[in-house]
Amino acid sequence: MFRYTIRRLLFAIPTLLVISFIIFALLDLAPGDPTSQLPINIPAEVRQKIREALGLGEPFYVRYGLWMQQFFVNEPLNILEQWFGVTIGDSENRLRVLSWSTRSPVVDLIVERMPQTLWVVGMAYVVGIAIALPVGVISAYRQYSIFDQAGTFITMIGFSIPPFFSGVLVIVIFSVNLGWFPSIYDTTHVVTDWDSFLKQINQMILPVMVLALQITAQLTRFMRASMLDNLNQDYVRTARAKGMSEQAVVLLHVLRNSMIPVITVIALAVPSIFGGAIITEQIFKVNGIGALLIGGIEAGDLPLVQTLTFIFAVLIVLFNLVADILYGILDPRIRYD
Amino acid sequence: MDAPAITDSKAPVLEVQGLRTVFHTSEGMIHAVNGVSFYLRAGELVGVVGESGSGKSVTMMSLMKLLPEPPAEIVGGSALLEGRDLLRLEPSALRHVRGGEIGFVFQDPMTSLNPVFTIGYQLTEPLREHLGMSRSEARARAIDLLSLVGIPTPEERLNDFPHQFSGGMRQRVMIAIALACDPKVLIADEPTTALDVTIQAQILELVKSLRQELGMGIVWITHDLGVVAGIADRVMVMYGGLVVEHARVSELYARPMHPYTRALLETLPSLDGTRSDRLRSIAGQPPHMTQAPSACPFAPRCTHVHDRCLAENPPLVEAAPGHDVACWWRPPEQVSESEVNADA
Ligand SMILES: Nc1ncnc2c1ncn2[C@@H]1O[C@H](COP(=O)(O)OP(=O)(O)OP(=O)(O)O)[C@@H](O)[C@H]1O
Ligand SMILES: [Mg+2]
Repeated sequence: MFRYTIRRLLFAIPTLLVISFIIFALLDLAPGDPTSQLPINIPAEVRQKIREALGLGEPFYVRYGLWMQQFFVNEPLNILEQWFGVTIGDSENRLRVLSWSTRSPVVDLIVERMPQTLWVVGMAYVVGIAIALPVGVISAYRQYSIFDQAGTFITMIGFSIPPFFSGVLVIVIFSVNLGWFPSIYDTTHVVTDWDSFLKQINQMILPVMVLALQITAQLTRFMRASMLDNLNQDYVRTARAKGMSEQAVVLLHVLRNSMIPVITVIALAVPSIFGGAIITEQIFKVNGIGALLIGGIEAGDLPLVQTLTFIFAVLIVLFNLVADILYGILDPRIRYD
Repeated sequence: MDAPAITDSKAPVLEVQGLRTVFHTSEGMIHAVNGVSFYLRAGELVGVVGESGSGKSVTMMSLMKLLPEPPAEIVGGSALLEGRDLLRLEPSALRHVRGGEIGFVFQDPMTSLNPVFTIGYQLTEPLREHLGMSRSEARARAIDLLSLVGIPTPEERLNDFPHQFSGGMRQRVMIAIALACDPKVLIADEPTTALDVTIQAQILELVKSLRQELGMGIVWITHDLGVVAGIADRVMVMYGGLVVEHARVSELYARPMHPYTRALLETLPSLDGTRSDRLRSIAGQPPHMTQAPSACPFAPRCTHVHDRCLAENPPLVEAAPGHDVACWWRPPEQVSESEVNADA
């Protein structure tokens, strides 16, 4: 297992290199001008100067090479320095990946925005899992019961209504008409005491609800299908024939088997949290990673968009690996060697 | 083998009367078991034969209520285990019977064990459940059981998972699980069908010796009359969810009465014949069990069919001492010789 992990990690390097090249090239080819958002009265020569100052005069491969160096060498060095409070080499003049629109390092921007996204989206993921697993188990065990059919109905809604619609819907219902929750997420809010904690919960409810609905819908169906698959297996009959209680049969024998694909899917879907965040953050004005990305795209901020997209790719590769390893741990039939 | 006089005098441990089980399916009702009665004494091995779909498994699983309801429904009959009706037991009492008093070995050893738990765990589960053993007691007993069924180095194998065992070894484990709590009755549902011939012979030997050692009653389901001849005391032939013939092994082989049994015996390759070139199978299709039988279910395939067979389903009656048959027709040679004591 250890050797397998190492080998997979080594394989991930060329994969990520190819991905980074494709991302860089695609975004470079995309139309857009970093000066387009500047005031209209700036003369053309000045605009050209600005472009050159941003490095756009250089050929593609030079810019790609520099970005690679900044992303893979300079940024990690910088992180090490911050974590351990040491200075490695010429850290003053080491170039970091800088955002064109804000001129601050992209990584710093991401670190700044990350907590908002994790709070809202991460919480939605946790809530989604916590609802989906038991509902899926009960729906499968009581297949075609009222509970199962109600669950099917709600998950169909969750499946078919996209967050940009359900988001607006809950805002209209719960903020505009009922006035229970704010429609805008206040990113600057700091939790200091009980009251501010309640306020934080209060403003998280709507965005978490919208995202969790989607996650719950997908995961419930998956959990249910996996349970149904296993409930019909011969080993379940064996467990009953041994005189095990229904509880032990379902929650031990069947669930332990059903969780294998479910846990894998949960791990695989972690990166998609950030994808889902993009739209939800727009709707509720959450100032997180998704908002950062959209802002970067609108401003033609290539380094920001390239870096964020690439980090997204790293997460996907990483969680694929995590899913595979979890599979190996959970299923004794899988041997990686 | 026990002398008939001794076994016959014992009261049965298991006595099934008029068992009827149906399945409710989208295509309508399937009458899988249509009034099966049989008994089993301690230390006795009863073979159950019949072609696929004749209701052997459904009968035995109905006894322990192992069929999911729905689609299954037990619509009638009783199954007395030492006087208690299993079909009317409380769920908790039934749980104690399952695994505790009746052990069940299933047809397919490849899928009957849970792939994610170790053999040791699966074997100790009933011990802890029914006998209240501690972890270490159960472990010691599990080691004994594994060596009883002939698994080498049992201590080490306890920590292995099912996929690390061969088919024959898995079936031995299944037998060990079924025997774990010293059951009074062992029901083995085609335990050797999925295995190759040598392994099959080993398992048969194992059961024969265990039976003498542990003295439980065994119901052995199989397609194969040849297998039954080697191990059973009595045989029950099933067709269309009914018992159509029942007798001691020697009697049944010497004087089969039901045309179906006779056809089955003819399909057997003869043991002495070096060339059994005509491995015959019985012509025709097994019955569709969409209705409870009002005529003899075998009539459409029977060579001795006459009007009465199509009008009335023959009841199971004692046609000769200890020999029951459900057929209107009697073989011509039936009344001749009646010396029986050629037990193997
Ligand atoms: N879950 C089910 N739903 C509907 N019909 C069923 C179901 N299980 C069994 N049956 C029907 O019940 C009848 C008896 O089946 P059973 O499994 O007892 O046969 P069997 O004698 O054990 O055959 P085999 O030798 O193939 O195991 C068959 O006609 C079968 O189609
Ligand atoms: Mg069967």
